[in-house]
Amino acid sequence: MMEIMEGSHAVAHAVKQCRPQVIAAYPITPQTHIVEALADMVADCHLDAEYVTVESEFSALSACLGASAAGSRVYSATTSQGLALMFEVCYNVAGMRLPIVMTIVNRSLGAPLSIWNDQQDSISLRDSGWLQYYAQDNQEATDLHYIAYKVAEDHDILLPAFVCLDGFILSHTYEPVEMLTQEQVDSFLPAFSPYQRLDADDPISFGMYATPEYYMEFRYEIDRAMQRSKKAFSAAGKEFADLFGRDYSAPVEGYRLDDADTALVAMGSICGTAKDAIDEMRSSGRKVGLLNVRTFRPFPGPEIAKALSGVSRVAVLDKNISLGAKGAMGIEVKDALYGSGIPVLDYIIALGGRDVRKKDIAAVVDMAEKNQGDLFYGLRKEVL
Amino acid sequence: MAGSGCDLFEFGHRACGGCGAALAARLILDAAGKDTIVCSSTGCMEVFSTPYPETAWKVPWIHSLFENNSAVASGVEASLKKQGRKEKVIALGGDGATFDIGVLCISGAFERGHDITYICYDNEAYMNTGIQRSGATPYDASTTTSPAGKCSLGNKRQKKDLPAILAAHGAPYVATASIAYPADVKKKIQKALETKGPCYVQIHAPCCTGWGFEGEKTMAIGKLAVETGLWVNYEMEEGKVTRAKKVVRKPVEEYLKEQKRFRHLFKPKRNDEEIGKIQAIADRNAERYGIDLKIKKD
Ligand SMILES: Cc1ncc(C[n+]2csc(CCOP(=O)(O)OP(=O)(O)O)c2C)c(N)n1
Ligand code: SF4
Repeated sequence: MMEIMEGSHAVAHAVKQCRPQVIAAYPITPQTHIVEALADMVADCHLDAEYVTVESEFSALSACLGASAAGSRVYSATTSQGLALMFEVCYNVAGMRLPIVMTIVNRSLGAPLSIWNDQQDSISLRDSGWLQYYAQDNQEATDLHYIAYKVAEDHDILLPAFVCLDGFILSHTYEPVEMLTQEQVDSFLPAFSPYQRLDADDPISFGMYATPEYYMEFRYEIDRAMQRSKKAFSAAGKEFADLFGRDYSAPVEGYRLDDADTALVAMGSICGTAKDAIDEMRSSGRKVGLLNVRTFRPFPGPEIAKALSGVSRVAVLDKNISLGAKGAMGIEVKDALYGSGIPVLDYIIALGGRDVRKKDIAAVVDMAEKNQGDLFYGLRKEVL
Repeated sequence: MAGSGCDLFEFGHRACGGCGAALAARLILDAAGKDTIVCSSTGCMEVFSTPYPETAWKVPWIHSLFENNSAVASGVEASLKKQGRKEKVIALGGDGATFDIGVLCISGAFERGHDITYICYDNEAYMNTGIQRSGATPYDASTTTSPAGKCSLGNKRQKKDLPAILAAHGAPYVATASIAYPADVKKKIQKALETKGPCYVQIHAPCCTGWGFEGEKTMAIGKLAVETGLWVNYEMEEGKVTRAKKVVRKPVEEYLKEQKRFRHLFKPKRNDEEIGKIQAIADRNAERYGIDLKIKKD
């Protein structure tokens, strides 16, 4: 059923339909509306879950870790400083192969304090072993939760997943969203069946220490599982498309790329603005297209190389910066295109919530065509 | 040795010979029985008992981090509740994990009232990283971060009163015990596990390596701590001390002189002033918990 809903509420509703058994989360702007909505559902008996009101994000994810290891489907949500406080636990969850799904409502990191959107938070955990999915709009933000649980809990994968949506831009925006029914969700996402769990009848040890003889193999196994998750994501996306008509089976999605000279590469809500800007540029005869990266981890390098093989140049829009280097996606797209001869220009854009308009997208394309790139876009020189 | 009937904590672990913490682990599992899930923090206990692919734990066991075992235990308990399972949940940490870095998580878990038992094996320093001071390190003990030296007498502070802090959270049952009194340890663990809500048991667990004594003296050292009044075995119910082990007290130096960590109080010359201050700590303990049977006169 199509409903006009706030992004956060659509996400909360989808999470509820996934039937998490334990939720532990700590409030932080702009994630709050999600966890408040879930708390309401539990309070009104619309959701039969244990809701652990922890004292910090660090404990939130630690409690999720324990709950998941003990055999429950688990959910949390956070952003920015909250995710930073979870850093240590994030690595642990992935290392223990616990399929927790966590919504990241993307927000910049301090200092200076900023509550507004960029994607520095989740990008900073790109190496932690969590799957990272980015939503373009609220429909996708909603649907990716069903898919994330399905991929994460697959016994061939067993990895935790971030579903990322841009703070405020998506989380606080009312958009039409087509919600599934509970029956539909149940038909897609079976009840959680843990691969292993803490159980007195079959005692096992979780999270032991490993000497140099063993550690590397654990990391290798995680990396392999990440690689395998590409197939699982495509299969889940395909099944979702067959059942409900919306297709997320591809890790990257091209828009007007077929005959493009300049290709933009971006993640998240900026893609919507970019598509509108591209339509305008196209109507004045400029050959511009977009590649939306939906799964940042695992990184779809070969898919990106294939999708961009015919373009003359690539302009990456990075809502993050690896300080002292470049934007994280710029670096990885360049790696994906290594040897192709296609120039990759990186643009650090919209950090800390700075607005991106169609004319900004057009300006980036202008610069790329003049081979100017690898810069912070839209700096206010007068305040430097 | 006490706890020898227990087969849930295997003998093949890698603790130092005479490790008080390893003995504590056996007593804990002996008391708790097999329907127990243990959430352990980083430290000696974790490292000596679980070198992958081996494990000494014959009950389900999980280690995540140094500081989060009580939050992990909160999640485990919530998960069991949701599934209608009835295993007992223990969070187990050293004094560093408990007194210092883990306090936030313990406070949260206790305030929320999870039905878990937090057990601290208190060896009075961070042993796994090489004997650094913690909030549980006693006054004047020399550690690698509070070394005794020309201008230092070792650790400058007394032990933090964590049992009182946790009792103030509304914990229904808080107890201290010593591995030198194995039956008492087991009784208290059982009581904590039977009591609904968050309970706390702190077990004095002498560390031969960190304190500087021979491994065969662990029990004797543990006993001396109690007999001098520097360690008190007591129980608190609903915030009030209800029982404390009475002793005929011995002078503190009988305990101090057995351990290298206090050697600077005797060498190069005996430091009467400092030993007097430590005696005063024992005297205050004795008064506070009412443990004196009769003061032994020398
Ligand atoms: C966040 C973090 N900081 C520091 C450490 C290093 N570390 C591991 S164990 C430990 C000390 C443990 O002390 P305690 O809890 O008293 O247990 P013990 O080793 O004495 O048994 C420290 C400092 C760590 N693992 N994690
Ligand atoms: S260092 Fe101390 S606590 Fe650690 S294993 Fe040895 S005796 Fe036990």
